[in-house]
Amino acid sequence: MWAIKCNKMLAVVFAAVFLIGGAGLAFAQAKTKVNVYTALEADQIKAYKDAFEKAYPDVEMAITRDSTGIITAKLLAEKNNPQADIVWGVAATSLLVLDAEGMLEPYAPKGLDAVKPFFRDSRNPPHWVGMDVWAATLCFNTIEAEKKNIPKPESWADLAKPIYKGQIVMPNPASSGTGFLDVSSWLQMMGNEKGWAFMDALHQNIGVYTHSGSKPCNLAASGEYVVGISFEYRASANKVKGAPIDLIFPKEGLGYDMEATAIIKGAKNMDGAKKLADWSVTKEANGLYARNFAVVALPGVGKPLEFVPADFEKRLVKNDFAWAAANREKILAEWNKRYNAKSEPKS
Amino acid sequence: MSAVAAAPARRSLDRDAWIARVAIAALAIALIVTVALPLYAMLSRGLESKSGAFVGFANYVAYFTTPGVGRAVVNSLVIALASTVVTVSVAFAFAYGLTRSHMPCKGVLKAVALAPLLAPSLLPGIALVYLFGKQGILKSLMFGQDIYGPIGILLGEVFYCFPAAILILSTALSLSDQRLHDAAVSLGASRWRIFRTVTLPGARYGLISACFVVFTLAITDFGVPKVIGGWYDVLAIDVYKQVVGQQDFQKGAVVSALLLLPAALAFTADFFVRRRQVALLSARSVAFRPRPERVRDGLLFIFCAAVALAILTVLLTAAGASFVKFWPYNLDLWLGHYDFNNKDGGGWRAYYNSVEMALWTATCGTAVVFLGAYLSEKSNLFAAGRATIRFLAMIPMAVPGLVLGLAYIFFFNDPANPLNVLYRTMAILVISTIVHFYTVAHLTAVTALKQMDPEFEAAGASLGVPWYTTFRRVTVPVAMPAVLDISIYLFVSAMTTVSAVVFLYAPSTALASIAVLNMDDAGDIAPAAAMAMMIVYTSGAVRLLHWLATRGLARRSQAWRGR
Repeated sequence: MWAIKCNKMLAVVFAAVFLIGGAGLAFAQAKTKVNVYTALEADQIKAYKDAFEKAYPDVEMAITRDSTGIITAKLLAEKNNPQADIVWGVAATSLLVLDAEGMLEPYAPKGLDAVKPFFRDSRNPPHWVGMDVWAATLCFNTIEAEKKNIPKPESWADLAKPIYKGQIVMPNPASSGTGFLDVSSWLQMMGNEKGWAFMDALHQNIGVYTHSGSKPCNLAASGEYVVGISFEYRASANKVKGAPIDLIFPKEGLGYDMEATAIIKGAKNMDGAKKLADWSVTKEANGLYARNFAVVALPGVGKPLEFVPADFEKRLVKNDFAWAAANREKILAEWNKRYNAKSEPKS
Repeated sequence: MSAVAAAPARRSLDRDAWIARVAIAALAIALIVTVALPLYAMLSRGLESKSGAFVGFANYVAYFTTPGVGRAVVNSLVIALASTVVTVSVAFAFAYGLTRSHMPCKGVLKAVALAPLLAPSLLPGIALVYLFGKQGILKSLMFGQDIYGPIGILLGEVFYCFPAAILILSTALSLSDQRLHDAAVSLGASRWRIFRTVTLPGARYGLISACFVVFTLAITDFGVPKVIGGWYDVLAIDVYKQVVGQQDFQKGAVVSALLLLPAALAFTADFFVRRRQVALLSARSVAFRPRPERVRDGLLFIFCAAVALAILTVLLTAAGASFVKFWPYNLDLWLGHYDFNNKDGGGWRAYYNSVEMALWTATCGTAVVFLGAYLSEKSNLFAAGRATIRFLAMIPMAVPGLVLGLAYIFFFNDPANPLNVLYRTMAILVISTIVHFYTVAHLTAVTALKQMDPEFEAAGASLGVPWYTTFRRVTVPVAMPAVLDISIYLFVSAMTTVSAVVFLYAPSTALASIAVLNMDDAGDIAPAAAMAMMIVYTSGAVRLLHWLATRGLARRSQAWRGR
């Protein structure tokens, strides 16, 4: 009798070795899961996710979040066997890259008509639809600046001055969407040659290139560096938290990019993906985006962010998404060649 | 009559033997599938182009002609060598104090020395930022040097590798023959001479082993350089950059093969050195008993206490930092950093996933490892299968976690592989973690089993008791301390590991250690410290439970040892 029991025990042990995986699968049955790839900030996602899942109780979001560059690289790497159903809150310039690879499924979300024309792909049905705009903003630590007797920069040109040597942090454009919009806007604003010359000079002052677009502002907020080249949401959030920083909007104008949504061709959960695309253009969703960003896709919903000037939208420079997307790979290769040695891991 | 009785007994013996053979075969196959095939998949992928065509060493050539690669190789070697020298020297003196002196508080000191085992390797990096970063408490001690870079990596690696060195060296130093010391003293040898001619030679195999182990740990770790490496490129970071940052798996495979090289070399060398270690203690040996000596004991105590204090400082800094609202400008106490749900990395779910993963790893892993060790040591059937188990059980020690993780991507994410269903599940995290830590667990089990007389099996067999009954009723209870050691080792390792699982987790199976990594990446360093401390608290609490359990258990199941 013991023998029988022991046989069973052994059987269980071996079954366990090979079949624990089954348990993992069993959990996933109840709701339909939509695989979402996003570069949205982690502290924004929860509110969005809760609201969406409340509106569509039958769909559950499985979120893969990372920086823009990583998400883009991941999507490109998985091109032949896509894991994502929908890309949500990823830079429009990255979506154009995916679109050029034929990876996006055209879809007109319900309620598309209300969206400002600027915030959508002009084709019908559009391949992507925008959500909000985010733009370059400097975080300037006033306490550390005073200690080190460093003047407040007013412009991008100021940042290239030797007095800022080792005091500036910016995101690596290969991994961070914020980093890429900086580089792409400098090249568009100043022209190719002057743009790279400016970055060469700026490079002398950079302490470290970070992986994430938020980290430069976080590092400035905690006094590790004096100036963080970041974006307005993180800057405002840090100041609200009590960080001794000033938000600076360089006077030449602010580079920006657009967080946008696109369905992946061949999505396994096409229905769930469409529901999220629909929800993303609703007034409710835009209201939530507007808590974090001043400029959103639906007219009349956006409202100024704390510590961000009311004329924020006017300070944005011209950004040619098509140009930026077409040249993205070339720009990043050039950037890597010139500056990669100072970069933080994962870029 | 006797023939009639013998027939069923023979049949059941046959059947038992077949069960053993099947079990051996199943385990051998499981190890082939989880160790050999993935490594093969990875190494062969390094020789293929992105589209899968065979290109020979083209990827290697491409990699080596990238600017900055030579620097990463050199940096890795420098860091690993420096970490080895510092860690082994400090650990030798510490272990010497623990085993060869009469200094007070040995138990506490040893516990503190082993405490780094409870933390992911990201934790020392985070703590060093708070201690020596630009706003660090002890920044003045850096004399203007930057902690982000080689200095930071070195300090972090020493913290991370210290317990491994202590474990090896204190075992090596605790085995010594009193008669040799007595002879040396009566011959009038000076203390320095005794140290040189008796102590050091006796511990030389331990020293060599410790050097190899620390070197391998330091060159393959990526947690410390990830957090505090600054611009200082090392190979482990490069694998991660290629795979996660650029999704270039071919190049990742190339760097992995490079990383496999020093680790495999160190491992092979260590293996042969250990083989040559003949028994220092013969039956006639007298165990060495240190005599009290005021000055020596005092000095050793001061030294060990200083080291222990340094270790505690690192841990307490991370613990403290997780409660400070906004370092360095607002020092109010705050629990908000523990609100992981609004941060990168998967929130509290990641923590619970980690605990779940560690429980699965500890239970399934212990069962498989111990049964595997038992069958490979105590059975005499199916020699080829047992040899396979023994060989493959030793391989994981030489495979860095990052390499194992990448190998698993190649093997399990292949749509043609029927085991593809495991990809992106909890199961693959559990399997990879068991495999990653298989060797040490296996060796622990083998050591315990070797101490047991083979007569048990012989007696069981002659009584007609099936082997699995002997296993269950005799072997497992007698070897219970080892079984518990293995399970706690697997549990704690599963809680703290980053390297293999960082390539394998999916959004729904995010882990606490990886959340630490991701939060640090986003610049949320205080929450990263908080999550790292959650890991320390959990593995610490489980260790404590284990300690209480073994004490209770020792009294009951090990009563026979006292006779």
